[in-house]
Amino acid sequence: MSAVDAPTITGRRFRAGDASLQVVAGAAAFAACLLVGLIVWKLIDGSLPSIRHDGVAFVGRIAWNPVLGRELYGAGSFLFGTAVTSLVALAIAAPLAIGIALYLTELAPRYLRGPVTALVETLAAIPSVVIGLWGILVLAPTLRDHVEPALHSALGFLPLFGPPSQTGAGIFTAIVVLTIMILPIVSSISRELFLGVPRELKEGALALGVTRWEMVRGVIFPYARGGIAAALILGLGRAIGEAIAVTQVIGGGGGAAAIHWNLFGTGDTLASKIAGSYQGATTKLQISSLVYLALILLVFSLLMNLAAQWVVRRVARRQGTGLNRGGLA
Amino acid sequence: MSSMHGITRADMQAVHLPRRRAVNRVMEVLATLTALLAVAILVIVVWSVAKRGAGALDLNLVTKNPVPFAFGPVEQGLANAFAGSLVLVGLATLMALPTGILIALYLTEYAPRAVRAGVSLVLDVLNGIPAIVIGIFVFGLVVVGRGQSGYAGAFALACLMLPLVTRSTMEVLLLVPGALREASLALGVTRWRTTLSIVLPQTIGGVLTGTVLAVARVAGETAPLLFTSSIVGQQTEWSPAHALQSIPVAIFELSESPDPADHARAWAAALVLLLFILLTSLAARWLATRGRRRLSTSR
Repeated sequence: MSAVDAPTITGRRFRAGDASLQVVAGAAAFAACLLVGLIVWKLIDGSLPSIRHDGVAFVGRIAWNPVLGRELYGAGSFLFGTAVTSLVALAIAAPLAIGIALYLTELAPRYLRGPVTALVETLAAIPSVVIGLWGILVLAPTLRDHVEPALHSALGFLPLFGPPSQTGAGIFTAIVVLTIMILPIVSSISRELFLGVPRELKEGALALGVTRWEMVRGVIFPYARGGIAAALILGLGRAIGEAIAVTQVIGGGGGAAAIHWNLFGTGDTLASKIAGSYQGATTKLQISSLVYLALILLVFSLLMNLAAQWVVRRVARRQGTGLNRGGLA
Repeated sequence: MSSMHGITRADMQAVHLPRRRAVNRVMEVLATLTALLAVAILVIVVWSVAKRGAGALDLNLVTKNPVPFAFGPVEQGLANAFAGSLVLVGLATLMALPTGILIALYLTEYAPRAVRAGVSLVLDVLNGIPAIVIGIFVFGLVVVGRGQSGYAGAFALACLMLPLVTRSTMEVLLLVPGALREASLALGVTRWRTTLSIVLPQTIGGVLTGTVLAVARVAGETAPLLFTSSIVGQQTEWSPAHALQSIPVAIFELSESPDPADHARAWAAALVLLLFILLTSLAARWLATRGRRRLSTSR
């Protein structure tokens, strides 16, 4: 470059062009970092009144009482609702998603792989508000009339399967909706992981005379283990952060009444409580408490994200492959 | 590799072969069923929306505004929501697209390794922040002082678009052959001219794909708009200085209504939204395969 950078007037002007593009582009990158910092700061700033009022006790307190003069807020019941819905949804979605990925990489005839992969990815493209609309108007009545009574009569001795809900809205419906929403995410990441398993390992195992399933269990799963863990963490993060569809189908409610083991009862998650309060929040403390809920949600999503990144990095380093392609999703 | 630990020697003995084959068969059937289930869910959801939406779909949906507290059959639609969504998504694209391209340029052309890794991580983190949290952030940043507006809503959507646009632009920038850059530099063209007029034009296809996908994603986003652009009147509003109604927020509100006529309009709007998203995703897929072919043949 030094030959080009001859100290002529034009050369100097051109170098100014170089510098300015670099500065402008760098400023944009800096702005992105600033944005994330600003998000963290704004959420802390917005929840300060609530933090000053309740401190860390807010996180565990099971109460949501907006009645003026007796205002008392806490995140406990929403943490409970978030944990139940997202963990159960993940537990259902994980084996299904891995099954889909195995079908798409190992079993499906070649002409079906492309189309079925596209269809599964289309499921991820459906907006959550449309899933929620379907969930409350189609899925919920079906579950209430057919699935919930059957489960109640067969397994009603367990507290999990209590009396069916009145409207169909409830934790169970929310779990089904969340399962549908994280299924395509986990399966498409798993599919890419399985595609990355070296062919010679798979063929080597098959040549030893193991069946296809034994090859999957003995070669593919151990090879993709770390990546699957990362995919599950990302799926869990998605389930925890999903607000709209859950708000539409979970029925709502907070405080002690929302802590119960009946899957058919109503509840609320951190995200759905925030989304459901978009018109109702009036007092400063209530708004600040909602921001506090968002702050807790943000901390969760940051932890999930960093955990997934860490797992992927560790696996990539151990295997020395191109597993990490700048974030899995 | 110790990966064969799941299989014992007994497994490998021929005695168990029928059982092993049976297990294998069961697992294959189960995996096939899971794929079938995923496709079935998609078909059921899309078919539900199509069936219910098609019945309620007419021109009124895009030409007439909603009528509050309507008794009996009134001709009404969601014109305000369509106008609002257009403005919100358009503005968000205007904010996110140039910024995203600049960030991608910086990361691929200028940034030192460590900075690139750091900023990539920040973008991944931004991508992982739930949409509702972004909504609360913009609420705290703008809405608390100045009230809801189309600008606030568009900014919230832009925050969601930025990591998507940046990543897809970076991916194509990395595909541009180094020889192209070197040829340009060897001709005495400065680096910034090379970047802007040789490298960047090569990526138009990929950038377009990424933008289309990002538009498809945020067009259906409700959560960032609830706290930033949702308290609206019933008339069509084009100015982003006011809060704008949008299709997803309208569907969300109508779905909570007890009135079946409201549900019908929600289905119709959902059908339009779904068609838009499916068509744009298909278009993006088509653009992507086309662009990739061009870039790989030019190598």
